[in-house]
Amino acid sequence: MRAPAIPPLSSGPTPLYGAYGIVKRFGDFTANDGIDLEIRAGEIHALLGENGAGKSTLMKILYGLLEPTEGVITHRGDVVRLPDPDSARRLGIGMVFQHFSLCENLTVAENIALVMPRALSGRALAARIAALAETYGLHLDPARPVWSLSAGERQRIEIVRCLLQDPRLVILDEPTSVLTSGEAETLFVVLERLRAEGRALLYISHRLDEVRRLCARATILRAGKVVGACDPRRESARSLAAMMVGAQVSALKPPAAAARAGERLRLERLALPAPGLHATDLRDVSLGVSGGEILGIAGIAGNGQAELFAALSGEVRAPEAEAVRIDGRAVGHLGINARRRLGAAFVPEERNGHAAAPGLSLSENAVLSRHATAPLTRFGLLRRRGARALAQAVIAAFDVRKAGPDPAAGTLSGGNLQKFVVGREILAEPGILVINQPTWGVDAAAAAHIRQALLDLAARGAAVLVISQDLDELFEIAGSVAVLHAGSLSRAMPRAETSRAAIGLLMGGSADPAGPPPALGAPAGRPEPAHAEVS
Amino acid sequence: MRLDLRPRSRRSPLLAALSPVLAFAGAVFIGGIAVALLGVSPAAAFLTYFVTPLSEVWSLQEVALKAAPLALIATGLAFCYRANLWNIGAEGQFVVGGLAGGWVGVATHGSEGFTLWILPLMLLVGTLAGVAYAMIPALLKVRLGVSEILTSLMLVYVAELLLDYMARGPLRDPAGYNFPQSVAFDGAARLPYLAEGETLHAGVLIAFGAVALATLVLTRTLFGFAVRVVGASPRAARFAGFSDARMTFAAFAISGGAAGLAGIAEVAGRIGQLQPTISPGYGFTAIIVAFLGRLSPPGILVAALVIALTTIGGEAAQIDLKLPLDLTRAFQGLLLGLVLGADVLARFHVRLVPGGPASPRA
Amino acid sequence: MSLDIVQMVLVTVVSAATPLIIAAMGELVAERAGVLNLGVEGMMVLGAAVGFAVAVETGSTLLGAVGGAGAGLALSALFGLLTVGLAANQVASGLALTIMGLGLSGLAGASYVGLKREPAPHLHIPVLSDLPGVGRLLFGADAFVYVALALVAGVSWFLWRTRAGLTLRAIGDDHTATHALGLPVRKVRFLAVLFGGACAGLAGAYLSLAYTPFWAPAMTAGRGWIALALVVFASWRPLRVAAGALLFGGTTVLQLHAQAAGLGLPGQALSALPYIATILALVLLSLGRRQGGSLAPAALGRDFTPHR
Repeated sequence: MRAPAIPPLSSGPTPLYGAYGIVKRFGDFTANDGIDLEIRAGEIHALLGENGAGKSTLMKILYGLLEPTEGVITHRGDVVRLPDPDSARRLGIGMVFQHFSLCENLTVAENIALVMPRALSGRALAARIAALAETYGLHLDPARPVWSLSAGERQRIEIVRCLLQDPRLVILDEPTSVLTSGEAETLFVVLERLRAEGRALLYISHRLDEVRRLCARATILRAGKVVGACDPRRESARSLAAMMVGAQVSALKPPAAAARAGERLRLERLALPAPGLHATDLRDVSLGVSGGEILGIAGIAGNGQAELFAALSGEVRAPEAEAVRIDGRAVGHLGINARRRLGAAFVPEERNGHAAAPGLSLSENAVLSRHATAPLTRFGLLRRRGARALAQAVIAAFDVRKAGPDPAAGTLSGGNLQKFVVGREILAEPGILVINQPTWGVDAAAAAHIRQALLDLAARGAAVLVISQDLDELFEIAGSVAVLHAGSLSRAMPRAETSRAAIGLLMGGSADPAGPPPALGAPAGRPEPAHAEVS
Repeated sequence: MRLDLRPRSRRSPLLAALSPVLAFAGAVFIGGIAVALLGVSPAAAFLTYFVTPLSEVWSLQEVALKAAPLALIATGLAFCYRANLWNIGAEGQFVVGGLAGGWVGVATHGSEGFTLWILPLMLLVGTLAGVAYAMIPALLKVRLGVSEILTSLMLVYVAELLLDYMARGPLRDPAGYNFPQSVAFDGAARLPYLAEGETLHAGVLIAFGAVALATLVLTRTLFGFAVRVVGASPRAARFAGFSDARMTFAAFAISGGAAGLAGIAEVAGRIGQLQPTISPGYGFTAIIVAFLGRLSPPGILVAALVIALTTIGGEAAQIDLKLPLDLTRAFQGLLLGLVLGADVLARFHVRLVPGGPASPRA
Repeated sequence: MSLDIVQMVLVTVVSAATPLIIAAMGELVAERAGVLNLGVEGMMVLGAAVGFAVAVETGSTLLGAVGGAGAGLALSALFGLLTVGLAANQVASGLALTIMGLGLSGLAGASYVGLKREPAPHLHIPVLSDLPGVGRLLFGADAFVYVALALVAGVSWFLWRTRAGLTLRAIGDDHTATHALGLPVRKVRFLAVLFGGACAGLAGAYLSLAYTPFWAPAMTAGRGWIALALVVFASWRPLRVAAGALLFGGTTVLQLHAQAAGLGLPGQALSALPYIATILALVLLSLGRRQGGSLAPAALGRDFTPHR
């Protein structure tokens, strides 16, 4: 078994791990289409690609969660089978999940003990956790239940759990997507240290700045295929993006000089207790959006975005009617349909199961949010023809690709379904639109289409409130940006007067002009103190 | 070996329609083996269960009379189950409906003159009593978050004991030689027969009307749409502005009302007086009927007829073939299990994959 | 009241609580793994019938108990196949199981109606069992009572002191996360369901072999449902299940004594007591926990289909 079963793609030492000709099909859909990848010891290898490029599928194959339809995986040149994560762990592969694979109601120690090879007694495990904390600065309280921890702390659990098994390869799936910039800096220190210890790291991300900073090699995926390999340090963010997307993404048409009408949407000192154990309180949130304006709400997931959206939409009523105003009318006590009748429209974050019912047809999903405002019922009876016409209008206006005349919403791809639910609301020509994560998990073309539609809507005089984790998106379309952190909203800052760094600092909850601890490498996240004040 | 399920990209309408039929065939097959083990020819049993009852006018009427309450209750339950609400206390709502409506029959016993109002009043009171009784678990669920499964079921026992007490106590016929039953209702308090000298009464028409109405409501109205959305995607339903609480009350009211109406229709129809027990478990059997009919009213009508057929057949089999009645119940439970399992065929590609059962891939 | 009367009352309470404890322990484990099996009543009643039949045929109470547990296990295997294997709706499948169990128990017990046999033997330790006041309660019960106690201790130990118990709780909390870690979600759930079935069957066998040493159709009279309620009432904690079961045992005794005392209440009202008490207990529990959300295992009742 000494002889390598598969010749390495490139000259040089035998790669630590290799994947050759990986194909993975789900029914008719090919997620990975002949992917080759080699990972060497002591390198941070970036896996770049857009949402849907096949990064997650490849990573799950490497961790034994999915079996490839075709292709082989090698370890030090020998072909290995990874039928389950246990075998992957035994071969030295560890994984830090993007959507943490943690049990909320178990403690930190219990979550870690779950994947330890043998039952470690509580005390021995706690000692090893403490030792790791010492070495890498990953501090954790083993007795805390996970639901009480922040995203950064949760990721620390994932990393500790992974490191306790002394892995030779650590796969990190979008590790900074839920972190504040300060937390991300801490993570980069740990990663650099792991690399220096001779471990290999597979770093999956679409954040080009990080990749250029951390990684010496990058493999770029598009539509399930490898489209390029490079040294990201020698590339520009623009050239990397071009490889990922495959074409220059057309720039948005800037909004025409917006017709400034008066204030159309107002929140006044809205305070809402958290609805459940794992939710966030809203604390004295105030904001105003005028006609023709797009206000962006930045923030890291889990800081009250879902709660803010529910309070705006009326899915959760405010304690006082005056806390929410639409065109001057107090509506805090009204439900979502009453607010829709006043000209508001809403697009929640989750497409499947919130904005749309996946099992229902598109025309039925048109009825879902429009039955109160469009002529879709008569004496309580559904007008099916009206619903089909409405769905068709949305499909035509937003270029929704689908199979069959009126398919179930769940059969559409993420981008197409998002275009459908956004279009459904925009065709109502609302005076106020509240939209949460408008382009989350959507391909670049669809994202551009949606953003342009939002700009156009605002240009027609609507007040648009965009809640988004994607700072690039907010800086592209929003006239001003406020930051939601731990249920509190900062004052809104005009785009021209602020910077990504200042916003990023507020997202981390820091109002301290001194900024985060010294960063590793280039001072990419250097804060600008002037704007770091919270109203 | 392990079972691999892959969601079908498109629901197969053919398999969806076929799966209850397959389940029925499977249940008949397993039932045949059981019958053979009990020392009876499966062929003879099949004839007694499924064919003989269809060959005579009186037994056809019996099938219809048994199917009517089942279809009525199950149609109401379909609203609940579609909306992911688990009212399993229809038996109790049936009993309370029969008791309350029957009480009107007892109280109006011997009324003279214009009596046309009595029967409608009984039906109304029975229905409302069923609604009110179903409101208890609904209220506890909405206000306090108490599981409706347990409360609605517990209330079945309470209702049965209440009826038992009333029929033996306050409502007993004082001139009835201490028999635990009420006076026999007047003609004005009985559902009319559909034909002279036959057993078929107007309750069958009520059930049929209810099924038709429910079909219309579920497929053509905004309320029916709301029921479907609440069950399939609760968050999407909230986004649509359909209130969970209102839906809980509405669905429980419909199912409780249907069960109560079925209860009073049984009392005012076939029984004609109040007795310590008025139901051979219609409320529970209706749960099978609801699922066997795939929670759609027309399907429920067919399922009710099939289940009624096996029940009548089971009675005949007890007399003719000495097969125990419990066989029928076991068969019905098995049938429900198989229907639920067969439904998976319509939703997933199912594969048996060789490999150790200890594989953590399961 | 003399000490012996107190003891007599307590012995009655314990024997009424025993089947509830055994059945609820099994269901607790299944629910901790994330599976809601509403078929407890059906498995219990089948366990009662089969247990009695086996005991009559073999003359052995032990074999009867094993037979009862086996019957519950077999029925739960069917449930596991449907819900864990095929991801069928758990609520509906549980109801199917109850209906089927009632029917099958009628078949299995048909030729044993009216037969009587000696109740399960009670422990007798000279001196200890004859201690005044506590002897019969502590040292003179039948084996089922001690099994119930052992189950409470064993399940507590298993869930919080063993690796397998940790895995089971984790799977009940989040099947997606545990699956991503490579834990055997469906296997653990299936085994938990089987354990629940065996316990329910054993609880049924206790009824027909020790509590009322004869078989009568539908003799469980809703005890399976009360056991289900107990698990909720106890917030999925074994010790609280035991405490709750004793409380319910208490209402049973209250009912017997009220009947004997002739309080003038109709018998039906007293018979309804356990059911009303169950509803009240659930109401009080939720009143005491208006904030903080549910304590139920987070994945309870949700079906799981792994993607490959």
